[in-house]
Amino acid sequence: MASTITASQTGEAPVFYLKDEHPHPEGHSTPLGFWIYLMSDCLIFAVLFAIYGVLGTNYAAGPGPKDLFDLNLVALNTAMLLFSSITYGFAMLTMVQGRVAATQGWLAVTALFGLAFLGIELYEFHHLISIGATPQRSAFLSSFFVLVGTHWLHVTFGTIWLFTLMVQVARHGLITANRRRLMCLSMFWHFLDVIWIGVFTFVYLLGMLR
Amino acid sequence: MSEASTQTSMILGKLTLQSFPLHEPIVVATFVVVALGGIAVVGALTYFRLWGYLWREWFTSVDHKKIGIMYMVLGLIMLLRGFADAVMMRIQQAWAFNGSEGYLNAHHYDQIFTAHGTIMIFFVAMPLVTGLMNYVVPLQIGARDVSFPFLNNFSFWMTTAGAVLVMMSLFIGEFARTGWLAYPPLSGIAYSPDVGVDYYIWALQVAGVGTTLSGINLICTIVKMRAPGMSLMKMPIFTWTALCSNVLIVASFPVLTATLALLTLDRYVGTNFFTNDFGGNPMMYVNLIWIWGHPEVYILILPAFGIFSEVTSTFSGKRLFGYTSMVYATVVITILSYLVWLHHFFTMGSGASVNSFFGITTMIISIPTGAKIFNWLFTMYRGRIRYEEPMMWTVAFMLTFVIGGMTGVLLAVPPADFVLHNSLFLVAHFHNVIIGGVLYGLLAGIVYWWPKAFGFRLHPTMGKISFWFWVIGFWVAFTPLYVLGLMGVTRRMRVFDDPSLQIWFVIAGFGAALIFLGIVFFLLQIAYSIWKRHELRDETGDPWDGRTLEWATSSPPPAYNFAFTPVIHDNDAWTDMKRRGYVRPLSGFKPIHMPRNTGTGIILAGISLALGFALIWHIWWLAALCFAAIIVTAIAHSFNYDRDFHIPAADVVQAEDERTRRLAGSRA
Amino acid sequence: MNRLRLAALIPLLVVLGGCNFVVMAPAGDIAAQQRDLIVISTVLMLLIIVPVMALTVFFAWRYRAANKEATYKPDWDHSTGLELVIWAAPLLIIICLGAITWMGTHLLDPYRKLDRIAAGKPVPETVKPLEVEVVALDWKWLFIYPEQGIATVNELAAPVDRPIHFRITASSVMNSFYIPALAGMIYAMPAMQTRLHAVINHPGRYTGFSANYSGAGFSGMRFSFLGLSDGDFEGWVAKAKEAGGTLDRAAYLELERPSENVPVRFFASAEAKLFDAIRNLCVQPGKMCMSEMMAHDAKGGLGLAGIHNTLPLTYDKTTRRGAVFGDEPRYIASICTTEEAEAMMAQAPADTTPRNLTPMRGLGLPLPLFSPRGTPSLSQLAVPSRPSNS
Repeated sequence: MASTITASQTGEAPVFYLKDEHPHPEGHSTPLGFWIYLMSDCLIFAVLFAIYGVLGTNYAAGPGPKDLFDLNLVALNTAMLLFSSITYGFAMLTMVQGRVAATQGWLAVTALFGLAFLGIELYEFHHLISIGATPQRSAFLSSFFVLVGTHWLHVTFGTIWLFTLMVQVARHGLITANRRRLMCLSMFWHFLDVIWIGVFTFVYLLGMLR
Repeated sequence: MSEASTQTSMILGKLTLQSFPLHEPIVVATFVVVALGGIAVVGALTYFRLWGYLWREWFTSVDHKKIGIMYMVLGLIMLLRGFADAVMMRIQQAWAFNGSEGYLNAHHYDQIFTAHGTIMIFFVAMPLVTGLMNYVVPLQIGARDVSFPFLNNFSFWMTTAGAVLVMMSLFIGEFARTGWLAYPPLSGIAYSPDVGVDYYIWALQVAGVGTTLSGINLICTIVKMRAPGMSLMKMPIFTWTALCSNVLIVASFPVLTATLALLTLDRYVGTNFFTNDFGGNPMMYVNLIWIWGHPEVYILILPAFGIFSEVTSTFSGKRLFGYTSMVYATVVITILSYLVWLHHFFTMGSGASVNSFFGITTMIISIPTGAKIFNWLFTMYRGRIRYEEPMMWTVAFMLTFVIGGMTGVLLAVPPADFVLHNSLFLVAHFHNVIIGGVLYGLLAGIVYWWPKAFGFRLHPTMGKISFWFWVIGFWVAFTPLYVLGLMGVTRRMRVFDDPSLQIWFVIAGFGAALIFLGIVFFLLQIAYSIWKRHELRDETGDPWDGRTLEWATSSPPPAYNFAFTPVIHDNDAWTDMKRRGYVRPLSGFKPIHMPRNTGTGIILAGISLALGFALIWHIWWLAALCFAAIIVTAIAHSFNYDRDFHIPAADVVQAEDERTRRLAGSRA
Repeated sequence: MNRLRLAALIPLLVVLGGCNFVVMAPAGDIAAQQRDLIVISTVLMLLIIVPVMALTVFFAWRYRAANKEATYKPDWDHSTGLELVIWAAPLLIIICLGAITWMGTHLLDPYRKLDRIAAGKPVPETVKPLEVEVVALDWKWLFIYPEQGIATVNELAAPVDRPIHFRITASSVMNSFYIPALAGMIYAMPAMQTRLHAVINHPGRYTGFSANYSGAGFSGMRFSFLGLSDGDFEGWVAKAKEAGGTLDRAAYLELERPSENVPVRFFASAEAKLFDAIRNLCVQPGKMCMSEMMAHDAKGGLGLAGIHNTLPLTYDKTTRRGAVFGDEPRYIASICTTEEAEAMMAQAPADTTPRNLTPMRGLGLPLPLFSPRGTPSLSQLAVPSRPSNS
């Protein structure tokens, strides 16, 4: 304020508009916007974690984590997701180098790991439900199924998105718009990894310790 | 009650002929009126061949200004519905004495108070606030549009889809009978087996998607799209409050989404989150819903505070007093609003220490709020106050809101809350802050920015009549509720047995009638002003001697807002430009890069509406179809890379020359 | 006395004929103290509200555009001194109010055992509180008097000046137990127990009701609360005993079915432990009590074997229906006998003693300086043993 007034007093003509068009290139807000979206999604998970924290020991005289979880399977599952994050990282590195085929290859590998994760998770759900440990049986199981299931849904949508992007990269190559989209999916994918680490720790590991 | 709806068919789910409330004469009459009105509107649009125009220029528009206006229209239409509910409640409560049951049975009355709360918050206050932010914020920060114009259109249509679902519940099935926050176990499947709560859930979920996305969008816009020179501490105060409000949206609506999703699972899948049995915990829901619900009221009030700040400064002809402390007060309120949720249920039996913690944090919010009041006060101090309608709303707000604030702090004292909780005193309190704060602010904002949006002012006389009916009506309607609260009368009662209470309800009903006249005159004011628009024309683009950037462009602004991106040197950017000899550029125009309109938003929202309806009525094939359709549409949309275009320089020249002519005309 | 002077400040509205400002003129000591808090807080806030409103009107008038005599300083937008004042003034008020809140909330914690029956009248050591068990049903109130062995529907009575200890629960949905003349409200929630300590100081017939919407019959969920002399109370109990009838589990299951505008009803006897069974959601024979369930859960649940320990819910108090994709409504079968279950309920930690039995003196906190006549206003909230209060 003071400086501008001085400027006018010293007689310099202030600049009130830009002669050149476009200080904001298209898509320049997208990373921020997507990041904020991720944080809002993170809040949904926060609520689900909180619910699990409160209801996670209400077994309703039914089975508890020790009776239900198979840590070996979960460890395998975790490995799948972590590997998929690494391979997605490689995809991004090759994208920066502009190598379309390599990018597509790494994306495909990521998708395979993702699908493996989804499959193993489905198997676990199927197993639990088949022995009668359904989401309806107790508040613990409700919150378990919903927390892990929400993560599963996210990975599913991430995988659908991944395939969509692979088609788009195949069609248009690594154009700016596609790079931006791959970047967003990358954030999404790593975000789900972080959430899974939370699930693995708080639900599975702590559950077995209880 | 449609107890017969246990039968579900493959094709129509739970929907049967009994789902239509044909036995409720009031609903049938309403339906006839709404249907006739609807047919008239549709007929007129068809007759005048306006559908194509509406579709091209409005429904598919990604222009933040048009979307903002559509939000306002939605909010005002829903205001009429919400107010009709209010009037019905007032009549019932003034009537049901001395053994009379009134004219509404419990089944109908309980829907009405639930719908009133839900509609007023989600489909009146939210669209109006979002609409104003949408319209004004990009103009105030010197931007061409919001960060994500398509998402903006999509958000609007999702909000509308939620509103449509609520309106459908009036004629197909029923709405929730749970109170506007649908506490379980009452809202669980065991005690609310019909579709009412499902309507509530899906309407809020569909609208919630829109609200969250619009929050993200506006944050990005404010953070990323500001004109050069506009540092955070040079942003207009309305933009600041909009930023904080949207931060609150993004940080609280996910909690609502998750909470309602869990309630949905309880109702549809039989999980046990909020059930009494099997380890569920209904108190968890109450906590979570208020972790969203308390920030929600600040989502509404902060932009209203921003409007009052702009209005006070403009009409006092003076810089805003204590801009910095105003900003900090806003930020402090934003943060503190997350630390007070428990004050909505002191009576749940938390310990004294927990209760006093939340009571005291609540009181602390009154410190920055008080500072704001003082800031407005000292903005008026040594000003030259022009009593145009927005300023009248502001003064009325300051006098009304402090009372609401006082009763609010009173309710934050836990032992006082023990005797006043859920009473009509509480009802009076939150209407005092929501009408006296949010609504007055919105009305001030509408009158203030109307000339900007449409190029002509609203007729002041009609507006002032409306103002007095509103303000007097408000006090006549709600003072009795304060009184009744002190007489120990609780909310949501349908019949009363103490005849000495009746007179107060009659007075309150009279107040509602005055407010009704206020609304009528507000609508008349709009209609009359449109009729007399040539006399009320504003050619300058700056009818109030405004101070911020939106007044620098024409009224209504061109699609591109500013032909050249402005450069900011001061908080009151436009005042600064006017003072220091800003000369409007008349040449050198370049093509302007703009987003292209798209119908994807309205299509996606339409499918979401159908999805919600299918889920409410258990029409599973339709739900599956809609779900698949949403994914396919979204993917298909992502294959469209051609999303923008350039406004040719010639068009810009034409628009700017027109403005030059009109400016010259207004000076002559 | 100080309180009387403040009571005189109570809204002049009280004089308005015919109206019963029960919140402002209650008949029980707890409600009276809560009323005092309302008055003190209001007066405290008016200290700032009134000047603000006056200034608003004054500035709005003084600086109107038509008044060209008033100073006009369009660029004056900052004053550090003024800023300090406008932040400090509300802060000071809130500090005072915060102190009052902290004290008052602890003193008037509904879970805290009473230590006085009125200002200057401590509870005699020998007097034990009257125990009343309250159940919010759809849509009526059940009151069980374990001491007297009786139960009533929609009528509550208590002897004047004897502390009452309510234990409160609900059968289905949330309600709120509120007798404005007696004391503030507290929620009644299924599978949970809340408590309220209160005392009625004046005989009379007062109204109680649910203050939390609970469904179709909510408006009719009203009951009479009778403040009676000791003798009258005996008579009232005797009347209940004469009425005959037993409230056993079967009778309760019949009673809890939804009904509206229920007339007053007496039961000469009530099954012992019925309240605990209601609170533990196990009135129905064979259903596992919450206490038993919690005991199992604390040990890690019942394992895979426990999965199928559920039975279809045949009895149902409402038109209960399961979720469309869920199982049929079921309940968890108890694995202990009724006696064992009752023993477990007795052990449940929530059911032992109120959280804090020590009388609060309020001596730990410095007394604020703002009270009228310089006497510590907090002493109104404090207990009788404080000498300055008598």
